[in-house]
Amino acid sequence: MLFAAAAVLTLLLSVCVGSVSIPFRTTVSVIWRGVWGLPQMEGTAPAILLTSRLPRVLAVMLVGASLSLCGGAMQGLLKNPLADGSTLGVSSGASLGAVVAIAFGVTIPGMPFAGTMVMAMVFAFCSLLIILGLAYRLDFSLSTNTIILIGVIFSMFASSIMSIVITFSGEKLRSITFWTMGSLQGTNYRNVLVLLGALVLFGGVILWHARELNAFAVGEENARHVGVNVRRVKLILLIAVSGLIGVCVSIGGTIGFVGLVTPHMVRLLVGPNHKRLLPASLFAGGVFLMLSDLIARTLLNPKELPIGVVTSIIGAIAFVYIYGSSRKGR
Amino acid sequence: MLKVEQLTVSYGDRTILNNVSFELMTGEWLMIVGPNGAGKSTLINAITGSVAAKGRVFFEGKDVRTMKARELSRGVGVLSQSHYMGYAFTVEEVVRLGRYAYAPTIFSRHSGEEQAVRAALEKTGLYEQRRQSVLTLSGGELQRTFLAQTFAQDPKLLLLDEPTNHLDLVYQKQVFELIRDWLKQKDRAVISVVHDLSLARAYGTRAMLLDKGQVVVDGTMSKVFSDDVLNRVYHMDVRDWMTQMLAQWKET
Repeated sequence: MLFAAAAVLTLLLSVCVGSVSIPFRTTVSVIWRGVWGLPQMEGTAPAILLTSRLPRVLAVMLVGASLSLCGGAMQGLLKNPLADGSTLGVSSGASLGAVVAIAFGVTIPGMPFAGTMVMAMVFAFCSLLIILGLAYRLDFSLSTNTIILIGVIFSMFASSIMSIVITFSGEKLRSITFWTMGSLQGTNYRNVLVLLGALVLFGGVILWHARELNAFAVGEENARHVGVNVRRVKLILLIAVSGLIGVCVSIGGTIGFVGLVTPHMVRLLVGPNHKRLLPASLFAGGVFLMLSDLIARTLLNPKELPIGVVTSIIGAIAFVYIYGSSRKGR
Repeated sequence: MLKVEQLTVSYGDRTILNNVSFELMTGEWLMIVGPNGAGKSTLINAITGSVAAKGRVFFEGKDVRTMKARELSRGVGVLSQSHYMGYAFTVEEVVRLGRYAYAPTIFSRHSGEEQAVRAALEKTGLYEQRRQSVLTLSGGELQRTFLAQTFAQDPKLLLLDEPTNHLDLVYQKQVFELIRDWLKQKDRAVISVVHDLSLARAYGTRAMLLDKGQVVVDGTMSKVFSDDVLNRVYHMDVRDWMTQMLAQWKET
């Protein structure tokens, strides 16, 4: 509940603050009127808030929540604190799809701005098929080591192809570089709906398997002994995580550190039980990314920093601080 | 309770377990002994389906391969020899996982869950430590935690793979006494892999000697622990060695 309240407060703060600061009361009033379709007040505030800031902040919150949830799930599933949603390699596949779309100007008829997103999703899905197909072929039991190994190899392979594409990208290089550092600039309500749908569907599957994740986090062998259908549950969770990561990367680019660090921070506060850890990570991830985005767009105003750079800096410092405090407390 | 028919496990050209067949009755504590590489742990893994095996295993008349994971774990509990814990779960959280097979979804809780978890914690002397992180436990306490989890699981058959391998004498005794008490309940049986022949003799009701993946002898303790059989399998005078060891204690 505390994490949920923090997420709502951060959301309002993020919407209020920007290149043009809008008072808190005005912000709440504009959003309230917007939600219920009431006539809006005079001035530029409604336009700034409803067409630019709110969809962006909502998208940021949903991406943060999704990345953090996936990180928490992967760290439990693989019993590896260094895992996150990108461990499987699907995010690299999605990135490759997006880079190809930007470099070659791929567009979807009738949806000129959706080319990058759709290509990233298609590549994410194909990557998932390739990775799981390879994992099955090499090791029918889908062992943790095989998954991590294939994920790392696939990521390296996808990165190599990406480098080749970038080499021949010419004047598109700047757009590609900015995208790979992660940005949620210019996101709209359509993006928000896609993110929300993915979070409800895939995130719901992940949350539903909190008990199984507890068993995996204790040990895969132990999970089997207490009655978890290890192979089936692992496959379901890998697909859910990959689906959610694919959607996030396709909309926000590569945003590092959120999925790795947020579940760690939350685990230090609420413990490793996934029934508490996953919902708390969900909200904490949203808060973390909204704050990072706030800094990214206000620190060097009117210039904007890539959000991935901010998440890495804040995440590293916050993690060291919380980890240090928790060790002192022992 | 358990019927094993011609169980064979091979890794490539190497046969680890070769045509092992036996039956286990209620109330029995079958000790599986044998030298390193005899296939003892593989036998336990093959019974639960953790490794691919030829042959068939029936638990209470049902082929275990056709049983769902939850159904099997309600009947068969497994305790491994060691556990590596990465996250700071509490003792109670680990023990509660033993009830996983009884509650179908995350929102449902089996009516007997609280009672079973508490009984398992009390039986293993861990009730006072139930909120303690498993990362702070000693090896013996950790093994008792997982034994409590198995008790909470309430299986009819308990499979133990060298359960006291890394434990000192006090904990070895504690764990074996707890299992002996557990076996006194109705419709219970235990199979354990044990290296220590003294422990096997002291607690088992029946033994099976394996060597190179095959059953050498299966039967009463006196039949399996006969001098000629043990000497042949271990390539040494086992009785002489054991007697020498005990003599040290008598002298002091």
